[in-house]
Amino acid sequence: MYQLKGVTKRYMRGKNPVDALAGVDLTIEDGGRLVIQGPTGGGKSTLLQMLGGLDRPTAGTIELDGVDLARLPESRLTKVRAESIGFVFQSFNLIPTLTAQENVETALVPLGLGARNRRERAAEELESVGLGDRPNHLPSEMSGGQQQRVAIARALVKRPKVLLADEPTGNLDESMRDEIMDLLDGLWKEHGLTFVMVTHDSSLARKAPRVATIRKGKVTVTENAAA
Amino acid sequence: MFFTYLRRELRRRRKAALVVASGLALGIALVIIVTSVSSGMSKAQDKVLESLYGLGTDMTVTKAAAAQGAGGTQRPRFEFDAKEDEDATQSTDRVMVQGFQTLASSTVGKVGEQAGVADAVGGLSLTVMKVDGQFKRGEFKQDESAGQGGPGGGQGGGGQPQGEVQGGGASFDVNSFTVYGTDVTQQDLGPLTSSQITKGRTFKATETDAEVAVVDSAYAKEKELAVGRTVTVSGTEYTVVGVSTADSGDAAANVYIPLKQAQTVADSKDKVTTVYVKAAGSQQIDTVKAAIQKNIPGTTVTTSADLADTVSGSLSTASDLAAGVGKWLSAAVLVAAFLVAGLLTSSAVSRRVREFGTLKALGWKSGRVTRQVIGEALVNGLMGGVLGIAAGLAGAYVVTAISPTLTAQLGSTGGGTGGGPMGGGGGRQTASRTLDIALTAPVSLSTVLGAVALAVAGGLIAGAFGGWRASRLRPADALRRVA
Ligand SMILES: Nc1ncnc2c1ncn2[C@@H]1O[C@H](COP(=O)(O)OP(=O)(O)O)[C@@H](O)[C@H]1O
Ligand SMILES: [Mg+2]
Repeated sequence: MYQLKGVTKRYMRGKNPVDALAGVDLTIEDGGRLVIQGPTGGGKSTLLQMLGGLDRPTAGTIELDGVDLARLPESRLTKVRAESIGFVFQSFNLIPTLTAQENVETALVPLGLGARNRRERAAEELESVGLGDRPNHLPSEMSGGQQQRVAIARALVKRPKVLLADEPTGNLDESMRDEIMDLLDGLWKEHGLTFVMVTHDSSLARKAPRVATIRKGKVTVTENAAA
Repeated sequence: MFFTYLRRELRRRRKAALVVASGLALGIALVIIVTSVSSGMSKAQDKVLESLYGLGTDMTVTKAAAAQGAGGTQRPRFEFDAKEDEDATQSTDRVMVQGFQTLASSTVGKVGEQAGVADAVGGLSLTVMKVDGQFKRGEFKQDESAGQGGPGGGQGGGGQPQGEVQGGGASFDVNSFTVYGTDVTQQDLGPLTSSQITKGRTFKATETDAEVAVVDSAYAKEKELAVGRTVTVSGTEYTVVGVSTADSGDAAANVYIPLKQAQTVADSKDKVTTVYVKAAGSQQIDTVKAAIQKNIPGTTVTTSADLADTVSGSLSTASDLAAGVGKWLSAAVLVAAFLVAGLLTSSAVSRRVREFGTLKALGWKSGRVTRQVIGEALVNGLMGGVLGIAAGLAGAYVVTAISPTLTAQLGSTGGGTGGGPMGGGGGRQTASRTLDIALTAPVSLSTVLGAVALAVAGGLIAGAFGGWRASRLRPADALRRVA
């Protein structure tokens, strides 16, 4: 369970401070699904980075199961990222020189698994995102949708507690969006993940039971009983 | 994963890797070529010195230069009796001690007793001027030229060709050759060691006073000498027992005879011109030199290094060049190559900010990412090393194949160090000679190992640049927009 209190992230743009997050209070239950919306530059990505332990807030606390990520030593934070967080990026962020299979394996490297175990688990995970037939393709040899599937497999192969996705369909054609969304929803249900996703798609947001909207670093949460 | 990732990176980013590697390769190749050419130069210098000294000689001891004028009384003089006999053929050998300065034989023993001296052996270097000729009585001739000089001979008494009866002429054949009196009981030191016996044999240790000789092959060829024939030195006939060929193609003397014989013909009983000294270790040369000069007054000690200082000509110019410009150039290129490799590696990291950020976001420890970057740089360095060693070996091979000829002039005319022990002419001032040496560029194993070390160092320096940058990246950089 996430508990955020007074989370502020201040960036300096030249000499002017910019509060990407300005005192965010937010709770996300285990197994919950939260959709984050808001205008560009509102602070969506910044919030996701805080949740994923990719960066630290300027002020406030981010508790994940009672542990404050904001004050965790770097080595422990690295461990949290390695074990508990799955991150899916808008632009896939695959390692361009590694194959699909190897890209998925990179997520298992910090867990200290044996090479064989790693290979098997990565192959299984590729299978479950529907790419079992092309483990040896390079990112450049795959479509955007396929690349994002590899990225999803990479995020989930470690069996994380949390899946964070920052506009996962933002770089995809219309036709592939639903495919990826369906895949993510299926995996969320299957693995009982805590799933936080940033999206621009307002139709998707309308269907979601819980939506957080970020404007100028301020969050408002809408519970959608109808959905 | 380390090696898989490394392999993939190097294979798929071959061009970038090659740029870094070739920069390092250039530097390493230059270092190899300069080092091997330098060692070829010093080998050439050693050869020059060796041809004078013989193998293994670390220094020579000669008599300290006497005050000028002392030599004047010892100028060679030829005395012929103006015999009444018409057309009498006369022959005279004038035997001169080279440099006109000798040491007592006992000096050899004294030198041998000095601390740090492994071996000392004396030798007597002589120059023999052989004059064969005829006096001709004055004849009344209308001939224009009175003197009928033999080939290469001097013309004595230039006649004045006016058809008058004059003092006549003389036909002389003046012939000069060098003789070295060698200590036959100690043949592992001294000038003869830089020659190989190519025919016959060398001296027996028992032939201390035997009338036997070893002749240099070039001289033997000129004078049609062979094993079994005789060579005459100042009236004494020596049986040629062996023919020697100098390693450097330039022999220390034309004829070698036992020391005692040389002392006899030169009328220099118990005298030597030079003591050849071998030190117990190369580090001791300077202390041995100091000891000899202190304990045995009136001597000049010349080490190989002293003699090397007197080497002039294109060899010394070239070795100065290799030592100066060559070393600086290769050092500069190497430093530049290291810097370029470092900057390229660092800029490669900049282009991969998102990639490394992503790995950190995936939970990779900073150290693991840094290691990956250093690993890549190290492989680039080793590739540069392999390329550089190949290019360096090729360059050294080309130098050796062309083997440019360098000349070396040995011995100073000023006589500051006493000059070389083997004078060419008879005077002290002419104790210099010119040698032609083919330059080679031998590549030693230590040079190659040094190049490998440089390659590793280059890789590590490049890796340090890149690794430092990579270590400073944050997981949030995974989301950075990179152009
Ligand atoms: N690394 C950064 N340095 C400076 N300003 C940043 C940085 N990251 C984000 N910002 C600023 O913070 C604000 C929120 O950005 P972001 O979280 O990316 O918004 P969103 O994802 O909602 O578009 C923006 O004004 C953005 O310019
Ligand atoms: Mg964003």
